[in-house]
Amino acid sequence: MMAELFIFAESASQSGLPLGITSGGAWLLRNAWLIPLLPALSFLGILFFGKRMPRKGSELGIAAVGIAFVLAVLTGLAWLDHRDNYHGEETHLAVVTVEHHGEISHDEHHDEHHDDSHDEHAASGHSESGHHAAHSSLAVSNTVTWFQTNGVDISVGVLVDGLSVMMLFVVTLVSLLVHIYSTDYVGGDRRYTHYFAFLSLFSASMLTLVISENTLQLLVAWELVGVCSFALIGHWWEEKPNSDAALKAFLTNRVGDMGLLVGVTILFFAVGSVLPDTFGSFSIAATNTVANNGLLSHTALLVAATCLMAAVMSKSGQFFLHTWLPDAMAGPTPVSALIHAATMVVAGVFMIARLYGVFFEGLSIGGSSINLMALVGGITTLVGASLAFVQRDIKKVLAYSTISQLGYMVLALGVGAWTAAVFHLFTHAFFKACLFLGSGSVAHAVHSFDMKSDMGGMRKAMPHTYRTFIIGSIALAGLPPLAGFWSKDEILAGTGGWGLFGGTGGNGSYTLMLVMGMITAALTAAYMTRCVYLTFFGEFRGHGDVHESGPRIVVPLWILAGLAIVAGLFNLPKGFQLVPDSFQERFGHYVEPVAGYFPTISHATPSWSLAIISTLVVIGGASAAWWYYFVKVEAASKASGKSLTELPNGPTTTYPLAKIIHNILDKKYYLDHLYTGIIAGGTKGPLARMAYRFNQQVIDGTVDRVGETAVKSGQFVYDKIDQLVVDGAVNTSGRLSSEAGGELRKIQSGKVQSYAAILFAAATVLAGILIVIV
Amino acid sequence: MYLNQFLLLSAALFAIGVYGVLARRNGVLVLMSIELILNAVNINLVSFAAFQDSISGEVFALFVIAVAAAEVGVGLAMILLLYRNRRNIDLTEIDLMKG
Amino acid sequence: MENFINDWGLTVTTFLPMVGVAVMLLIPKAQEELHKKTALATSLLVAVMGILILTQFDFDATGQLQFAVDHIWIDVINSHYAMGLDGMSLPLVLLTMLVVPLCIIYSWNHFPEPQNPKAFLILILVLETGMIGTFMAQDLVLFFVFFEVVLLPMFFMIAVWGGDDRRYASLKFFLYTLFGSALMLVSFLALYFLSGSESFVLSDLIAAVSSNGVSRTAGLWIFAGMFLGFGIKVPMFPFHTWLPDAHTQAPTVGSVILAAVLLKLGTYGFIRIAIPVLPEAAVEWAPWIGLLAVIGIIYGALGCLAQTDMKRLIAFSSVAHMGFVMLGISTLTDFGINAAIMGMVAHGLITGMLFFIAGSVKERYHTLDINRLGGLLIQAPRMGWIFGLCVMASLGLPGLAGFWGEFPAILSAYNPGNGLPVTTFRVFMVISALGTVLAAGYLLWLLQRAAFGTPKDEFAEDPSITDVTKHEWISWAPFLALIVAIGIYPNLIFRVTDGAVDASLDDCLQVNASELTAEQAEALGCASIYNLHEDHEDHAAGE
Repeated sequence: MMAELFIFAESASQSGLPLGITSGGAWLLRNAWLIPLLPALSFLGILFFGKRMPRKGSELGIAAVGIAFVLAVLTGLAWLDHRDNYHGEETHLAVVTVEHHGEISHDEHHDEHHDDSHDEHAASGHSESGHHAAHSSLAVSNTVTWFQTNGVDISVGVLVDGLSVMMLFVVTLVSLLVHIYSTDYVGGDRRYTHYFAFLSLFSASMLTLVISENTLQLLVAWELVGVCSFALIGHWWEEKPNSDAALKAFLTNRVGDMGLLVGVTILFFAVGSVLPDTFGSFSIAATNTVANNGLLSHTALLVAATCLMAAVMSKSGQFFLHTWLPDAMAGPTPVSALIHAATMVVAGVFMIARLYGVFFEGLSIGGSSINLMALVGGITTLVGASLAFVQRDIKKVLAYSTISQLGYMVLALGVGAWTAAVFHLFTHAFFKACLFLGSGSVAHAVHSFDMKSDMGGMRKAMPHTYRTFIIGSIALAGLPPLAGFWSKDEILAGTGGWGLFGGTGGNGSYTLMLVMGMITAALTAAYMTRCVYLTFFGEFRGHGDVHESGPRIVVPLWILAGLAIVAGLFNLPKGFQLVPDSFQERFGHYVEPVAGYFPTISHATPSWSLAIISTLVVIGGASAAWWYYFVKVEAASKASGKSLTELPNGPTTTYPLAKIIHNILDKKYYLDHLYTGIIAGGTKGPLARMAYRFNQQVIDGTVDRVGETAVKSGQFVYDKIDQLVVDGAVNTSGRLSSEAGGELRKIQSGKVQSYAAILFAAATVLAGILIVIV
Repeated sequence: MYLNQFLLLSAALFAIGVYGVLARRNGVLVLMSIELILNAVNINLVSFAAFQDSISGEVFALFVIAVAAAEVGVGLAMILLLYRNRRNIDLTEIDLMKG
Repeated sequence: MENFINDWGLTVTTFLPMVGVAVMLLIPKAQEELHKKTALATSLLVAVMGILILTQFDFDATGQLQFAVDHIWIDVINSHYAMGLDGMSLPLVLLTMLVVPLCIIYSWNHFPEPQNPKAFLILILVLETGMIGTFMAQDLVLFFVFFEVVLLPMFFMIAVWGGDDRRYASLKFFLYTLFGSALMLVSFLALYFLSGSESFVLSDLIAAVSSNGVSRTAGLWIFAGMFLGFGIKVPMFPFHTWLPDAHTQAPTVGSVILAAVLLKLGTYGFIRIAIPVLPEAAVEWAPWIGLLAVIGIIYGALGCLAQTDMKRLIAFSSVAHMGFVMLGISTLTDFGINAAIMGMVAHGLITGMLFFIAGSVKERYHTLDINRLGGLLIQAPRMGWIFGLCVMASLGLPGLAGFWGEFPAILSAYNPGNGLPVTTFRVFMVISALGTVLAAGYLLWLLQRAAFGTPKDEFAEDPSITDVTKHEWISWAPFLALIVAIGIYPNLIFRVTDGAVDASLDDCLQVNASELTAEQAEALGCASIYNLHEDHEDHAAGE
């Protein structure tokens, strides 16, 4: 690697590694901490004065997040300018290098380099990583001391680069829309003010997380978003299931956080071991840079990355720590949209992207064909998608879908497709928030989340919700030209599997991941079709008069739907012949760092053949489900005169359209059978039920049993060891002395003469001893 | 005259005294036995002093006699009180201090 | 003024409560109001003295003893009246000064049975003298005296104002602690005689031990004696069984003082006396201390899961939390001990607060049986929220004080001081991280069952269940504010303690082992520590 040569070729007196960050930059970039500060202040404001405000505090929350959104947009614009036009000083990191004769030398700390050296670095960078842009993107870093202990300054601050700017935009936007939506959705709720207070606190924590300068700050924000999630899942804590779900979410996340604590600790000291004059560092940029430059032992990185993966698995709902996420749907729907779909659950993905140097080196992502992260992502995406089939609850369908899509992102990061993963995070936030808010809109109208018993035929009553939901579904399924297509396609290309699709590049040949991704694409299309049918088609199965929701619900839906349509266009693939070069890979250009703290990854170029094949897969999945529901079930419904949710037992009815299609597909009977019988039926039936049962009974059961066992062993330890042995020993010694006292007490007869006798006896004995000795 | 004659006398007195203290149940007799013990001691003190040409033994003996007088006074007063309260001066029945 | 504070500040602060006691002894028992006012005024005056001291404190020299006084006290045994304040004791002294007036305010209108405010308040003031004195004493005999002064008022507080089983609990508390103190005293004496120190003053002892030396065996035994004395007070597993009983039976204010300050006397003893005086014995004992600490963490948590009594649960959680403090101490690093002091302050604030809440719950519901509680958030919403905040702080949520005691302790265990077995401590680290999960488990379980849900029928219509009262607000607000303030800006504590801890630690424990060769260690006179363990090699190698 270039930088490695850079330090080893020079003598010890040389300055250190270029970190890829700068302390200069535009005012907005250096002061990005203002963005989380606003919702934090509004949290305090709502907490103390919310109840006295005319709108019970919601106006304060909306104002704060609104201003934060404007600031985020301005920061984003500042970043666009900074990315291309900034030529300031780059911060260098002094490192200890052990030279051949074994002496230890220290480099000067934080030696600032001027433009010329920076250009030199860029020029040499050009030679070894061909398609990186000629000039690197310096992230803006601005820190202050948080506290110091043992001479180490632990700082807090901002690290602003494309990734954090993108996250700032997504979080503030979705949060703002959810705030507005919530004023209607939870209007009149018993804890309306508290609800908004926690939304504000959540926004502040999440925004702090995405601009974290160091891992400690990340950890702090990470736990804070967790506790907001806890409070909001358990918003209606009067009912036991809700508080159970909140507890489950928090505890599952705590299990993962153990990994985070350990991982952060390992990295802290590992980085410290190569820095002079200090024994640790939390700095993300420094950690990534030394990891990229091969200064850290692979074992340390592997262990750290594995520990951090545990945190990712819990926070981002990866298999096998995902079970809390569906339960978390006990919270209000806007919360599910904001926290459990668009922002908090992607914190794990964000963390991988942030510490990508560590993961890339630690898990040896480059040039491999399988690794822990890719495998976890791949299994998760399949598990999530298959489970989404058997849900009656519309929010649970979306929750499993979220799990599946998060698995997609983790898979993408696992195969080295960084930009694709982050881009998928970006697009997913919009269409999944749109879907969640849409489901909330429907549920608001029918007062239930059960698709089979209380929904159906909603398209007539709720046209706006219907349309936006359809847009979201198509985007999620990944049909061109909606957002999901572009990001999904880049992920598939990034796996680098099966060169026969014509894609180039990639960091390895992850063929297995490509297959998993393809299967998930088909499944996603199929379950969303089912969901759409059950909710919006057929006859209405619920009760009461159903109306479209008000503007505070519909407008956010349309904004998100609009973004779900266009978001994909921000990152048209390179070599996409239909648009000029300057429109290609804009997202990648501005978001992906080209700097010391980011590993050198190679980029895949999607090909037409891959795009067509994946689109066909999606269409295949969708049409299988469509055929089953829109054709066969619909026909059965017609025949029986009421709205059905699945086929009654018995042969297909003689509905003409079904017959025609049946005839058309006659020769592909196997395929039909495969889709409806084995894949759809099998997945929907035994397989998914088995998986669900496995999920509920084995994994979930294990969690429960671990809890029970812990209580039982606590009981045992307390009853048997603590009370009997440890405490028993204490009591025994007390009893011994009291019994001894009881014995001795008999001597105390009260009779003067027996005392005298003892006295004389003792005197005699003593006299005897005296005589013997003397 | 030999010292051991005096010592034997005092030992005999002492032994009688001890017997009286341990074996008699009458309080007055016990007190008298104590007097015997004390006087045994006095004999020892005086005889040692006489044989060593020192006066300190006699002085000690005088002290002992004075203290013994006081002791007997207190002791008799207690026995008198006991008798008044219980019509009995049997020491074996007085075990109010039993632990 | 400045001179007055410099020369007399510490003495006046320490004995001011005794002046209050003297005044109160002259006031007839019936004048309860006057007693309360006197006691409060006295404790507030102490707090004012604390603030004056704080303004005069030189924060750039936290490693040195400030406001030091040193007079010969008992000439025969070379014991001095030596007091001083540095960054290590300052936070704890201030904590004491804060807790006492707030406790007096809290008990203003509801003294536990059998009432008698005069006696109760006198005991609290005597306690205050003892606690402040212990944190300021720089002479071992003086330290011991103050350490014991604390014991009696607490004993009476539990034995007179306690719950149903108070005699058992108070006696257990008393005997247990006295046993430890006795061993501790023996250790102090042995240290004095074996080291040939010219006085009992701490700095003399340290100098004497490092110049004359104490044989390895003697050092180990002396340390063991102190270990028992301090460890029982902490309390460390397996010497903890007095704690749940004492806490459960003690009156609310007693529990608060016990949790907030008394437990810290033990840990403070470790970092003030045991480790600075006998660094080499500390190195040999540290793995065992660490082991007991992590056992305590897990064991305390399991104990909590088995409880049905809220107060007993909180008491058991103290075992777990003090385990983190002891883990930090056992690493023998500046980092770990800073974390430990932070942990002490945080635990004092948070667990003290939890006991306050438990006391208020008991007052309203007349039970602390978790199975019968529920719906606190409905019946007393503000108290429920405060309870939730404290639970979050207690389980170590970042942004609140508890985290800064817990995480740095875990962190420091990854890289313990020179001469300690690195692998062992890394195992401790992982186990203690597991402890954070269990902590979240039992605390949230408590929160869910006590605060969430709906009230049980027996309490649903009870008019005596009211929200936080005025007195409660006044006594709780400073606690809550500090929990949040320290959580957001931990430097409030770290800045004060860092220099002092650095100064107190033996140089050999301090140098970065990875930068030393064996010869350099020899040259520094650290060979004994440096070569204690072979594991040291992988420490030096780093990652």
